Amino acid sequence: MNPWLGLLAILGLAAITVITRGFFVIPEREIPIPAWLREALRYAPLAALVAVLLPEVAMTDDHLLDTWRDARIYATATGVGVFATTRNLLGTILAGTAVLLALRLGLGW
Amino acid sequence: MTGISLGVGAWGLVTGIAMVKAGLGVWLSLAMSLCVFAGSAQLAALPLIAHGAPLWVTWATAFCVNLRFIIFSAGWRPYLAPLSRRHRLWVMYFMADLNYVAFMKRFPVPGPMDEQLPYLWGGVAVNWAAWQGMSILGIALADVIPTQWGLGFAGSLALLGIVGTLLVDRGTWIAAGIAACAAFAAFALPFHLNIVVAIAAAIAVGVLIDHVWPPAPVRAPAGSDAT
Repeated sequence: MNPWLGLLAILGLAAITVITRGFFVIPEREIPIPAWLREALRYAPLAALVAVLLPEVAMTDDHLLDTWRDARIYATATGVGVFATTRNLLGTILAGTAVLLALRLGLGW
Repeated sequence: MTGISLGVGAWGLVTGIAMVKAGLGVWLSLAMSLCVFAGSAQLAALPLIAHGAPLWVTWATAFCVNLRFIIFSAGWRPYLAPLSRRHRLWVMYFMADLNYVAFMKRFPVPGPMDEQLPYLWGGVAVNWAAWQGMSILGIALADVIPTQWGLGFAGSLALLGIVGTLLVDRGTWIAAGIAACAAFAAFALPFHLNIVVAIAAAIAVGVLIDHVWPPAPVRAPAGSDAT
């Protein structure tokens, strides 16, 4: 990775943090919050996260996983199961990571 | 605040490890942690930076993940009105989800009060220290843990949990399904444009569902995580 490009990406992300967190407190005059924004808010973050996650958990290179010997499948399944039953974020991360490590280090998946 | 700090710290640790394991290296990871200071946006941006996606796609994705802050900022406005613009921006830069939740619980009536500013800066300081401390620890640890262990996947698991918290009703489930299908179907597009396609498709279908079958009127604010 080009470190300068990485730094540029990071500085842009920092600007996005400031702009989104401060959005309605930056202007001096009050701005009403538009209805379309409220509606889009319900779905845009969810869609962005799902789209980013998909290749991370279910794909290798440019196609869906075609082997069962991939530790990510079981780590993801464990994470989904733990979250569905406990709704605990920390437990989800810990359980999924434990399964991943066990399969990676134990079986080399 | 102790319990909250524990959760924030764990989240920071995962993000710290994920940044190094995505290939950012120690210095860029430190810069990202200290400058960006937004966990979910950082985790969402990492695979895109690692795969060399165009900057605007990376930024657009982070912007979408951060959209909830725009809604929060509308809630902050009546409290921060007397401050100078510079002071307002400075406070808001540090304002994580949990600070918003704690503050609104403590001061439910909109309007400025003397004790608000110390409360704000105190909460922000605790949250920032817990997050940055553990994130930097994660960066240091990740540098000595072998990449083959795949610990960067903890970041994906964290995002998985966030997706879980956002799936609150029929509309969000359907939108998530549409986003996944669209992201996969459009995967061959260059520049990770499939993410943009997925967001557009999910918003279109989600808003359509909202208008055809209006959702229940009361709903908790979507997308709460550590920062």
